[in-house]
Amino acid sequence: MHLETLAHGHSLFHRLDPRGKLAVALAYSLVVATGHSAWAAGLGLGLCLLGSLAARLPWREVAKRLAAVNAFTALLWLVLPWQVGLGQGWLGLGLTYRPQGLWLAGMITLKANAIVLGLMLLLATSSVNQVFHALAHWRVSPRLLQIFFFFYRYLHVLHREWHRMHLAARARGFQPRTNLHTYRTYAYLLGGLLVRSYDRAHRVYQAMLCRGFQGTYWLLDHFHWQRRDDFFLIWGGLLVALLLGLELAA
Amino acid sequence: MHISEGVLPTPTLIAGAALALAGLSLGLRKMEQERLPQVALMAAAFFVASLVNLPAGPARVHLVLNGLLGLLLGWSAFPAIFVALALQALLFSFGGLTTLGVSTFNMAFPALVVHWVCGPWARNGSNRLAVVAGFAAGVLGVALSAILVALSLLTAGEDFLGAAQLILLAHLPVMLVEGLVTAAAVVFLRRVRPAMLAWDR
Repeated sequence: MHLETLAHGHSLFHRLDPRGKLAVALAYSLVVATGHSAWAAGLGLGLCLLGSLAARLPWREVAKRLAAVNAFTALLWLVLPWQVGLGQGWLGLGLTYRPQGLWLAGMITLKANAIVLGLMLLLATSSVNQVFHALAHWRVSPRLLQIFFFFYRYLHVLHREWHRMHLAARARGFQPRTNLHTYRTYAYLLGGLLVRSYDRAHRVYQAMLCRGFQGTYWLLDHFHWQRRDDFFLIWGGLLVALLLGLELAA
Repeated sequence: MHISEGVLPTPTLIAGAALALAGLSLGLRKMEQERLPQVALMAAAFFVASLVNLPAGPARVHLVLNGLLGLLLGWSAFPAIFVALALQALLFSFGGLTTLGVSTFNMAFPALVVHWVCGPWARNGSNRLAVVAGFAAGVLGVALSAILVALSLLTAGEDFLGAAQLILLAHLPVMLVEGLVTAAAVVFLRRVRPAMLAWDR
């Protein structure tokens, strides 16, 4: 399971301090998500497109992720323009066509793409651990961050374990079909995975105690805020303010 | 069960964030230090399992598993579901940051309800009762989540009535599969590691 596909790179966006990127990403997605102006969302999308070109994001991966988002918005294009009312309207099917539904679907598509591209550019260009680390500097609950660290660390381990168990089941002739046997088999695999995760957590905790763990999770390396991060924060902040201005003017 | 960014109105986003934050802080406060790695690793196991899709007739469904998660984790369902959704937002840009609160609450609150309603039966009931409780847990978790998602969508206006109905309809087969899997998983855990179910919080 390789997850951080966008985090490799040497562009400016990859090298920026994750704290600055996280701050701008949060402000940006709040402004775009709650806005009603197509101009603001369109401008945001355009800026993020330029940014992702500058960051040389692998376009194949970006397209794959955008496709996943637009599978959902495509559904809205199909559903929103129609209102169901019994015994009336088009062909007597009870469907009434509502043009404003199309506009709504278009607006949501624009906003969703603008935000997702922005998050790819600003967050996915840092490794997950860097983002957690940035949150630690923001005094997010240390317990929550510990859960994050453990969760992410062992996600890969448990995924491999699941894969192994699944392979073993297949090697014994298991073929998934729509029947009780299939669901029971999956439930037992899931149960097995849960038991393994439970036991492993116990061992992990004991190992931590052996190394003197007393509830504090130390951060070993720290970020260095540089001049380019100041620039980024100022410019990012200004652009988000511009979007907000467009929003308020509309 | 995600709601894309840019759909929900601001008051809904704020309400969702506030409810999720309350659940998170309660869940974290009630958790003992020793339990912390367990919650994290079990959340990871659930995340892995939810990536799998199962055959259901001609289609394939993803498991939601918040019913079983609620049975095992109780209040810790909030942090467990939150970290999973946050990771999806970070890595796959799926779900997004602004909807994180709403989505967390929509999935974690049903888990908590399942914990209260079905937990005692799944834990202490006879084998037959535990099967019923497990099935109910799976169905209830998905059903309540689908209802909450549909209600969240409706706060965005009547335009979303059709979409909300579609979501409820689409989750009917998921409920059935989820109920069957959860029931079997409860039986398995009662046999193999009853301590995991006996946790009370």
